[in-house]
Amino acid sequence: MSRSARGDAATQVSEGPPRASPAVRGRGSSRDLPKGRGLLQRSGWRATVLLLAVAALGVVAITSVRYGSKPIPLGEVFDAFFAFDGSNDHLIIRSLRVPRTLVGLGVGAALGLAGGLMQGTTRNPLADPGILGVNAGAALAVVIAIFVFGIGSLSVYVWFAFVGAAAASALVYSLGSLGREGATPIKLALAGAAVSALLGALTTAVLLIDIATLDQYRFWAVGSLAGRDAQILAQVTPFLVVGGVAAIGLSRALNTLSLGEDVARSLGQRVALTQGISSGAVVLLVGAAVAAAGPIGFVGPTVPHVARAITGPDYRWVLPYSAVLAPILLLGADVIGRVVARPSEIQVGVVTAVVGAPFFIALVRRRKLADL
Amino acid sequence: MSAPAKQRRLVTVERLPSLGADQVSVRLARPRVSARVSARTVSVCVVVFGLVLFASAVNVSVGDFPIPLSDVFPAIVGQGNPDSDFIVRVLRLPRSLTGILVGAAFGMSGAIFQSLARNPLASPDIIGIEAGAAFAAVLVIVILDPNTVGVTAGALIGALATAVAIYVLAYRRGVTGYRLVLVGIGVTAVLSGLTSYLLTRANIYDAARAVAWLTGSLNGRGWEHVGPVGASMLVLVPATLLLGRHLRGLQLGDDAARGLGVRIEVARGGLILAGVGLAATAVASAGPVAFVALISPQIARRLAGSASGALVPAALTGALVTLASDLVGRQAFGNVELPVGVITAIVGAPYFLWLLARANRVGRGG
Repeated sequence: MSRSARGDAATQVSEGPPRASPAVRGRGSSRDLPKGRGLLQRSGWRATVLLLAVAALGVVAITSVRYGSKPIPLGEVFDAFFAFDGSNDHLIIRSLRVPRTLVGLGVGAALGLAGGLMQGTTRNPLADPGILGVNAGAALAVVIAIFVFGIGSLSVYVWFAFVGAAAASALVYSLGSLGREGATPIKLALAGAAVSALLGALTTAVLLIDIATLDQYRFWAVGSLAGRDAQILAQVTPFLVVGGVAAIGLSRALNTLSLGEDVARSLGQRVALTQGISSGAVVLLVGAAVAAAGPIGFVGPTVPHVARAITGPDYRWVLPYSAVLAPILLLGADVIGRVVARPSEIQVGVVTAVVGAPFFIALVRRRKLADL
Repeated sequence: MSAPAKQRRLVTVERLPSLGADQVSVRLARPRVSARVSARTVSVCVVVFGLVLFASAVNVSVGDFPIPLSDVFPAIVGQGNPDSDFIVRVLRLPRSLTGILVGAAFGMSGAIFQSLARNPLASPDIIGIEAGAAFAAVLVIVILDPNTVGVTAGALIGALATAVAIYVLAYRRGVTGYRLVLVGIGVTAVLSGLTSYLLTRANIYDAARAVAWLTGSLNGRGWEHVGPVGASMLVLVPATLLLGRHLRGLQLGDDAARGLGVRIEVARGGLILAGVGLAATAVASAGPVAFVALISPQIARRLAGSASGALVPAALTGALVTLASDLVGRQAFGNVELPVGVITAIVGAPYFLWLLARANRVGRGG
């Protein structure tokens, strides 16, 4: 308490509960409000900005449906759903652009959430969902699919990639849990790096042995939304939904965990359970994202930083913001890639990094990024 | 204990049992210097050097045109039959030499960083350097003529330019570690995205060459590669050894080191620069060969038994690892030749995991 008790005893008696000092009171303090208003009231501006971001996401999504190798007017977009007449434009919209946009939304949100989860559980700003070996596992599985089974269809890649991602992360988890303390973040990261290197070497070995495999694989490996249709959307959506729900549900636990594992444990949180659920959610989210669109880097590690720069370190806001900002980046990059290189396209994995990284570097230079 | 003034020998070697079982002091009469060396380290170095020579002889002799071991030395000096001479002097000898130099550079660089970080799992994966070298190399392979010298030069320029760019971008009234690493992530992301893009736009044969380079390969390494690596090591290795005297002091922590008279900023900055230079030159010549920088210092430490960065044994071990992996990659899979980077990763990753598990069991892992 900042007031000296003796001098103000009289006033304090009549004033009710003692005031917190200004340093303790947060922005938009709920001191004046009845209890129980909770999250939204105290952080009203965050909700408003989030709604604005969702609106921006809507604009980007509509742009993604409208523009491509052939711009289609907005009226046609509505007609494609409500007055379908089988014309080329309507077909393009329904079977190509809308599923592609939806896949981009899902993949972007998944990558953003997974990045936030990884950074929250490992308390490491460098945590990349790929650390758990999911990207390397998916890549090796796809290469095996091409080389051994001669598979060329994207929707079958999805299953292989997902199984590969899950198997690799299971391997990483079991290797990282060896030893006395079980799976600590550092041990997991190191095990993940080693497993990724091993699987990457095996992948490269196959690619060098069979040049036809390389020819097919290199287009998957760059990360692209081209040709992602409703079937792929249907394949990955269940995993994305389950992972997303688990991620949002963990946000409060992540806040506690950010105080440090010992403090969290002493506050009654079951740390191992949290980390286990988080790893499971990351594998579901990133596994589905890689299976659908190939390995797309950069979004996972960096979007949570941007979200944190806006909202501060509260994970109940960082995760939703990441889930909205990441698809804005991804879909925006996809549109740019389609428009800039008409009639062909530059894959989204490339454009995301090339467009997003300078913005990210500018942000790193300008702002004092909120620490974890 | 000193020799009588009249009868001073040129070199005096004495054991120092109070300092350790294998500690030996070596004193020269002219110039008047003395040094303390570990006999075990010296013997390890001699043995590993012998193994390196043997491995390079084997590497030179096996291949599509096998050359008996007894003919290897005559071929090197040009006294064998013309075919052997050509194969050895133009093809295999420079490849082995490049492997030795690159492995030594990686090993020494790894030893520096593991010592400075006081962490056996550190490695000179300088954020950005490998991505910069990779992008420049793939650019040269895909867009320009895939002439190997151009690739090396491009890779070196790419690595150094990227390091400078990252430092400049992260500099804002000083460089904090956090900002440097984040900027490194951003720059690496841009470069890897562009590299992947180039791989999709290239014709398939250029793409295959690029993938082979990106793994770390000694294919087609000739005298034009030995030159640059050799030249840079000629400069960097003596500098590293001179600065390496301070490694032991630096490991005690900044305050103790300062108290012992170590000039911390100079020593640490110089060692980092030397480590980066060695890693950049090695990557430029052979691509990012996985794990050599990580495991060679560990193997050397276990052999030589010293706790601090054993720079020369690490370099020799790196050379041996690289040569052996190249040999396995060339010969072990029938008519398929796998690049050295694949073998070092396939062998190195499990070894790294074993190190990790071992450290965990003893309680040093987390």
